[in-house]
Amino acid sequence: MGKTLFEKIWDAHIVVGKESGPSLIYIDRHLVHEVTSPQAFDGLRMNNRQVRRPDLTIATMDHNVPTTDRGLPILDQTSSVQIKTLEKNCQDFGIKLFDINSPNQGIVHVIGPQLGITLPGSTIVCGDSHTSTHGAFGALAFGIGTSEVEHVLASQTLWLEKPKPFEIRVEGKRKNPHAVTAKDIILSIIKNIGTGGGTGTVIEYRGEGIEDLSMEQRMTICNMSIEAGARAGLIAPDEKTYDYLRGRQYTPKNYESLVEYWRENLKSDDDAKFEKQFTLHIDDIAPQVSWGTNPGMTCDVTETVPTPEEFSKGDSNQKKGAEKALDYMDLEAGTPIEEIKIDRVFIGSCTNARLEDLIEASKVIKGQKISSDVRAMVVPGSQMVKKQAEEMGLDKIFTDANFEWREAGCSMCLGMNPDILSPGERCASTSNRNFEGRQGTGGRTHLVSPVMAAAAAINGHFVDVRKMDLS
Amino acid sequence: MEPFKKTKSIVTPLDKVNVDTDQIVPKQFLKLVQKSGFGKFLFFNWRYDENEHPKSDFVLNDSKYDNSKILVAGDNFGCGSSREHAVWALQDYGFSVIISPSFADIFFSNCFKNGILPISLEQNIVEKLQQESEPIEVDLENQTIKTSSDEIHFDIDSHKKKILLEGLDDIAQTYQFEDKISEFEKQSTVPSVL
Repeated sequence: MGKTLFEKIWDAHIVVGKESGPSLIYIDRHLVHEVTSPQAFDGLRMNNRQVRRPDLTIATMDHNVPTTDRGLPILDQTSSVQIKTLEKNCQDFGIKLFDINSPNQGIVHVIGPQLGITLPGSTIVCGDSHTSTHGAFGALAFGIGTSEVEHVLASQTLWLEKPKPFEIRVEGKRKNPHAVTAKDIILSIIKNIGTGGGTGTVIEYRGEGIEDLSMEQRMTICNMSIEAGARAGLIAPDEKTYDYLRGRQYTPKNYESLVEYWRENLKSDDDAKFEKQFTLHIDDIAPQVSWGTNPGMTCDVTETVPTPEEFSKGDSNQKKGAEKALDYMDLEAGTPIEEIKIDRVFIGSCTNARLEDLIEASKVIKGQKISSDVRAMVVPGSQMVKKQAEEMGLDKIFTDANFEWREAGCSMCLGMNPDILSPGERCASTSNRNFEGRQGTGGRTHLVSPVMAAAAAINGHFVDVRKMDLS
Repeated sequence: MEPFKKTKSIVTPLDKVNVDTDQIVPKQFLKLVQKSGFGKFLFFNWRYDENEHPKSDFVLNDSKYDNSKILVAGDNFGCGSSREHAVWALQDYGFSVIISPSFADIFFSNCFKNGILPISLEQNIVEKLQQESEPIEVDLENQTIKTSSDEIHFDIDSHKKKILLEGLDDIAQTYQFEDKISEFEKQSTVPSVL
C-alpha cells in the first residue's frame, strides 16, 4: 500500500522504531526563541550537557520584543532579562542568534522560510505551537514544550507517537481571490471540523484550492492547523515551493540536487490511505469573522452572531461554551456581523504579516483614512518584510491612512510586549487566537484576514470586503 | 523528575470545555526564566478580578478544594499554545492528575515530562466524577480510579506509564541510543543550516 507524504517524512526520520509506542525521530531544524527556551538551557547546564547540533539550531527573539524604536532600551525588566538570557545561552552553547538589532530578526515562523532555513521533507520543531507554518513547504513541522526543547538541544531527537494522516481537500476556485483569502479558507475549515477536529493527526491540505495559493498564503493555511488541534499541517511541495526557496541566504549549496530528489519523492502516493478526510468547496465562501473565544466560533461576514443553540447543534457543553463566549465578547445573538463596531485593528502575527499580506491590505487602505474611532497598527512579521515593504512605499500608504507602522515581532498576537488591548476593547486582528484575554486582559478579539482588517479600520466596523474595489 | 504512583484526594470540578493554555497561565506570566513558582498564576484571569481579589464564583477559590490534587475538566483540555508553563502552574499549584474526555497533543505530552498524569475518560464518566464529593484514589500501577461507589479502569501507553512510575529522565534514556543517532546522522541528506 502507498504512503502519505507525512508517512514518508516520518519513516525517513526514524532513528529507533518499535512495534508499538513512541519512535525516536531525528530533528533536522530546531528554532529557538526567548520565551520557551531558558528553562531548557538551564536543564542542560544542571546536567552538564551540550547542544548536540548547534549547526541545526537557530535562535531569534520575537515574543516579547517591543515594536517601537529599536534604539530605545527595553523598559519591561522581565522581558529584558528573558532577552539577555537568550543572548547568553546562545553564546554559551554556540548557537546562531538573530538578535533584536539583526536585519534577519523577526517572528521565527516568518524568518525560517525567508532565510531558506525551512526545507521540504525535513523535520522542524520549535517551542511554539505555530511551528506548523513551515508545513507549507512540505516539511513535518510542529510545536513542542520546553522539556522537549531541552531534549532536542541535547540529542537532536524526540520520542514521538505517530500521529494519524488526515486529508483535507480544498476544491474549487474563489471568485474574488483578493477579497476571499487563505485566512478565510482555514477559518472555514476550523469552523467545520472544530478546534479538536485534528487532534492526534497531521493534516495534508490538497486539491485545486491549495495548489492555486502562493507560498505565503499556504503558510497562513498551515499556520492555523494547530487551531484545529492538529499536530502539524503540510502541503506537498511543487515548483512554487522550490522557486520560493531558491537563492535565499541560507538555502543549501546543493539545492538543485535536493530539488531533484524532492520532485521525485515528496508527494502522497495515489493509493495512500488517510485515516480521516474532509472536503471544503470554496467557490462560494465568504470572508470569515470570528465572533467567539476560540477559532471554531466563526461565521461569514454576511451572517449574524449565532445563538448558542444554533452554534452547539444539541451539545450541551458547547452551548455553555457559546453562552460564555457571547458574554465575554459582549455580543447579542442575532447581531449582524457588519454592525459590530471595533476599537482597534492589528495587522500582524505569524499567520498574516508577510509581504503579500501587507500588499493586499494596502490596496484596501490606499488613499483613505482609518475611522477616527479606531487605533490601528501594522507589525511586519520580520525586519526583512518591513524593509521590503518600505522599499515598495507600503509604509507610507499605511501611515498616510493613520496606521502605526512598527518594528517586527509577535506583538499584539499574544500581547507579551507592551502592545495590548485595554479591558473591553474590541479588535479586528489578523492573528490566530481569539481566546479570552489573549491580546490583553478583558480584550475582545475577532479573527479576520488582512483585507478584512483593513476594511474594518476604515469603516470602524466589519464590512464585506468583496463590496470594495481592490483592483 | 519525581515518580508518580498513586494519589488520593477530592476532585476539583472545572466545568468548561476547550480550556486553552492561555487561560491556564496567561501570557503576562511567561517571562520568568525558571520553572518554579507558576502556581500562583494558575487560571489567573478566572481566579482574580481586575483588582486581583479572588472571584468567589471560581472553583479554585472555594476552600473545600484547597487540598485537591485531581482536576476534572471538560473536553479538549490544554488546547492552543505549547507553553509548558501551563503544566508547571498546575503542578506547582498542587495538581498531579488531570482528567478530561480529551487533551490537546502538546499539553498531553508536556504532562509526562513533569510527573503529571493526564487521564482520558468517556464524557459521561468525566461528568460523573465531577459530581463526586468524596475523595477518589488514582492508582497508576493498576490503572484504576476508585470512587466511593465505583472502580474505573483507564488506559495509558506502557512507555508513558513507565516514565511516570519511575520518574525517568528522558534525555538519559535517549543517550542509550547514541550509536543509533550517530549512525542516522551519517546517512542524513539534510544539510546543516550554516
